[in-house]
Amino acid sequence: MKVKGVAIKFGDNVDTDVILPGKYLVLMDPKDLAKHAMAGLDPDFPEKAQKGVIVVGGKNFGCGSSREQAPLALKYAGVQCVVAEFFARIFFRNAINIGLPVIECRGISAAVETGDEVSVDFEAGEVLNLTKGQTLRGTKLPPFILEILSDGGLVENLRRRLSKR
Amino acid sequence: MNISEKILAKASGKTLVHPGEIVDANVDMVMAHDLTGPLAVEAFKRIGVDHVWNNKKIVIILDHQVPAESVKAAELHKMLRKFAKEQNIRLYDVGKGGICHQVMPEKGHVLPGTLIVGADSHTCTYGALGAFATGIGSTEAAAVFATGKIWLKVPEAIRINVKGRFQKYVTPKDLILSIIGLVRADGAAYKSVEFAGSTIRGMSVAGRMTLCNMTVEMGAKNGIVAPDVVTRKFLERRIDKPLASFKSLRSDVDASYVKVMELDVTGLEPQVACPSSVDNVKPASELSNAPIEQAFIGSCTNGRIEDLQLAAQILKGKKVKDGVRAIVIPASQEVYSQALKEGLMEIFTDAGAIVCGSACGPCLGGHIGLLASGETCVSTSNRNFIGRMGSTEANVYLASPATVAASAVTGRITDPRELETTKT
Repeated sequence: MKVKGVAIKFGDNVDTDVILPGKYLVLMDPKDLAKHAMAGLDPDFPEKAQKGVIVVGGKNFGCGSSREQAPLALKYAGVQCVVAEFFARIFFRNAINIGLPVIECRGISAAVETGDEVSVDFEAGEVLNLTKGQTLRGTKLPPFILEILSDGGLVENLRRRLSKR
Repeated sequence: MNISEKILAKASGKTLVHPGEIVDANVDMVMAHDLTGPLAVEAFKRIGVDHVWNNKKIVIILDHQVPAESVKAAELHKMLRKFAKEQNIRLYDVGKGGICHQVMPEKGHVLPGTLIVGADSHTCTYGALGAFATGIGSTEAAAVFATGKIWLKVPEAIRINVKGRFQKYVTPKDLILSIIGLVRADGAAYKSVEFAGSTIRGMSVAGRMTLCNMTVEMGAKNGIVAPDVVTRKFLERRIDKPLASFKSLRSDVDASYVKVMELDVTGLEPQVACPSSVDNVKPASELSNAPIEQAFIGSCTNGRIEDLQLAAQILKGKKVKDGVRAIVIPASQEVYSQALKEGLMEIFTDAGAIVCGSACGPCLGGHIGLLASGETCVSTSNRNFIGRMGSTEANVYLASPATVAASAVTGRITDPRELETTKT
């Protein structure tokens, strides 16, 4: 699985309240959630993300609330994957479970600026900054997680596994 | 093994587990609420199984947008009620429960040594009773509804040994805020945090819940306290079957930790987390120039009877300062009823505070008590992120019920011990 796109970079400890404020949690349609993605940090984010961007985060990306609406909003806004120094664990699981690829990559904050073109190879655990010609090594996802992602999320993965029984 | 490892080993049918190992664990209890439940129900339906794996091990609690604040919320509540009825699942409706993390222990759904997952990040609260409890998302909750299983990475552990006696008006909230200030917001990421030592042994379940509740604010997977006589006393009147022995539910002497912290609360002052991160912690005494417009006492962190008693002790015979709105929300119907019996509600209303029905309230900025731009709130809740309680241009300070009550009286952030001094 490979993903390529222009990076939009954020800092450390981006919490799920800024990714999707609590007042929007009653919205059930992911397309409605997407309109408010990153509302706490950059109200123009949904417009910028439309083209299919890669979000680059610092340490502890997605900390705070367990709201799955946060990765959903990012995914439907056009985010193809999130690369961060490391993630808050619930966000990490949620992203995988809804089929938004995520990868940990130490040093990514220093290596990428907003606007750089970035590609990620999930099987190899490699992140490339195509603009700067730099390769970074991320943490490889275990095979069962790659399988969930390639199925499109946990529901699809479970459907497939349960139907095999 | 440490206590968390022991619980994960048992849940996954193993005799030994090691940090970093991924286990396929059997879940003892799963919880969802009105903001995470609807997505879980939708996901469950898409999985394509007709019935949940075990209807006795699933609990749904309406607590975030209650009573329904909009037609949208009302529709979501309706959907959850329908699902609970179809699957014969226990649902705590408006007026029958309260905040999920208070209701779960109160109603006997949390037992020592069990593995509990909940579609809410503060599920880690239940570690106060010696359970391994951690937050998950909606889709994962749906998967647990369907299979009763979850994959978990065995976390590395941090042990925090605490000794000493709290000074008057210094509370477990001040302790956990000071710990988060030291460990930082990401310092326990993916890890287990175990609290031990004489101060913890002498602490009520309520205080232990406050500690474990906020472990997620330093990134922890779970917070835990080994069950003891305090745990047993709390549970005995809440469960209808005899409580199993939990003597083995303690960390072995040779258990491994990535970090061991030794703390003494004797000299600890009231602490405040300043905007807009939970690890931006300062002593309340250094912040006395910060004026406030709102004071909130409640939430899964500090809405228990012990918290209300403490706030009432300070507010008794005093008035909430002009220009300040004080909002008090008991964490559950049980706490509400107890506060009524003890006359606390009269103290709050006489002081000019508004008491609302048991729910999450302003904590997450989804319902009542939101903040306008430029306003400042001092709150007993757990998060002060940008926009958490309303406007992205509002400021939230986190503190203990004593500090929030004292601040409501003075109209600025106040070390509660300051009011004592002025009295004499």
